[in-house]
Amino acid sequence: MNTHLPVATTSAAIEVTDMTVAYGDKPVLWDVDLETPPGVLMAVVGPNGAGKTTLIKAILGLVPAAAGQVLIHGKPYHAQRQRVGYVPQRGSVDWDFPTSVLDVVMMGRYGRLGWFRRPGKAERDLAMQALEQVGMAEYAQRQISQLSGGQQQRVFLARALVQDADVYFMDEPFQGVDAMTERAIVDLLKGLRSAGKTVVVVHHDLQTVSEYFDWVTLLNVRCVASGPVSQVFTDENLRKTYGGRIAFVGRANNAEPTPGRISTPAPAIGV
Amino acid sequence: MELLNDLFFDYTLRTVAMGTAILGLVSGALGAFAFLRQQSLVGDAISHAALPGVVLAFMLTGLKGPLALMSGAAVAGIAGVLFVIAVTRLTRLKQDSALGIILSAFFGFGLMLLTFLQRNPDARQAGLNHFLFGQAATLLERDVMMMGVFGAAAVGLMLLFWKELKLLSFDRDFGASLGFPMTALEVLITLLLVIAIVIGLQAVGVILMSAMLVAPAAAARQWTDRLGVMVLLAALFGAAAGVVGTLLSSLGAGLSTGPVIVLCISVIALVSLLLAPNRGIVWTWLRNRRHAILATGLMGRG
Repeated sequence: MNTHLPVATTSAAIEVTDMTVAYGDKPVLWDVDLETPPGVLMAVVGPNGAGKTTLIKAILGLVPAAAGQVLIHGKPYHAQRQRVGYVPQRGSVDWDFPTSVLDVVMMGRYGRLGWFRRPGKAERDLAMQALEQVGMAEYAQRQISQLSGGQQQRVFLARALVQDADVYFMDEPFQGVDAMTERAIVDLLKGLRSAGKTVVVVHHDLQTVSEYFDWVTLLNVRCVASGPVSQVFTDENLRKTYGGRIAFVGRANNAEPTPGRISTPAPAIGV
Repeated sequence: MELLNDLFFDYTLRTVAMGTAILGLVSGALGAFAFLRQQSLVGDAISHAALPGVVLAFMLTGLKGPLALMSGAAVAGIAGVLFVIAVTRLTRLKQDSALGIILSAFFGFGLMLLTFLQRNPDARQAGLNHFLFGQAATLLERDVMMMGVFGAAAVGLMLLFWKELKLLSFDRDFGASLGFPMTALEVLITLLLVIAIVIGLQAVGVILMSAMLVAPAAAARQWTDRLGVMVLLAALFGAAAGVVGTLLSSLGAGLSTGPVIVLCISVIALVSLLLAPNRGIVWTWLRNRRHAILATGLMGRG
């Protein structure tokens, strides 16, 4: 039933080589190499301006790269588009756009529909399923401007779910969502990983990296380190990424707020 | 009643009303996309930039037929857009400044050509200055035919690429990640906008044309939360303003049709901005007041 081809274990889900991106003469990403195995949940962390969003956009071909190559499951990205899902930053669109929740989610099927074909019942059903998965089914007919931040994020996730991709790129899905939504999103991400998907998440909260993710990339224009959280999410690598300012807050769940902290974690909820 | 009678039986009035209805419909529908992409000013720049194109087309060909002048207007409008893109890419200027500069530069150049021609003893140039404020009364059947053909093509393409244009307007990056060529779609919607503007120039003129793009869309957005309904309403508002404006201006001597049409659409926009349920200013004010009263009531009790 599953149409996805079995992936050879030696083949990386995402392989980025020599990725360099510059705006004007200012490099935003410098010579980034990345190799992410399939079936991991990877956080991309780094200070503001480290190029996290740019990395995702460059991989997806949304910003021109000065150099670099991207392979998705061993083939160039443009040949693998249908296997890639994308969740842009919530703030990147106009939520006052005259459209409904269901309509936005169906946009996730546009790529498979191709030119000219309009979404029909099949797309509607898939969108409703996805909305149920994110707990938004009863909002299907709502105008999108009536949603809270957390609900907007769930709609974007539902849109990515109907893409039915193997590799997902998500730009700050936890930005400005309440604790309940954050928990729901984490469960969803772990569900995707259990289904064998690879999920890359731009993340701001260092405190939750170990809890949510099993793989991490530390980025600050250059790629400082990338690998399993247990191996590369170390004091030393964090210091290299954030500079001397950071007081390490990683694995200690009740760490005091520190000047170097990047964001306030959501209140802890019993797991 | 007599007016409606005229609309059906007065040939000239019927022709002009047909023309202004087409113009309102096409500019309303395509203006809706420009409005939603927050590109309303682009329409303004294109229409002003079209003026030198009209004059140059006449100077080069000596023709005053709709095809020659509309082609000139379209070429100049597109050139204006390309200049805006070049200025924003190559300088530190933001798009609004670039639009302002190009708009005035092209328009000023057009005015200069126009005054230059007017000193010319060649009487054939008479009527070109109508492109400033438009003169719907000069619309002939061949003009209306031309407007109909190009307008239908523009609206047809918009409907054909509906899903893709919606994606472009709502979430460009996501659309690009799906593999749709977003830049090409941007070019397409801009070309359709150029067509909408060019077919309206003779009736409404380069100065007021942008109102026919923005006002119907702004009015329509007030009444609905669905893109399809909004585009349809914008088209209907535009067409209604065209017909009503034409009829009103036919009543009084010396009432220029173009400005009256623009006044009509402005009234529709004003009423919509004030009175539309949910989004209207009056509605919002009442709701806020109710909340305020409720809040003070609660505080009084507390």
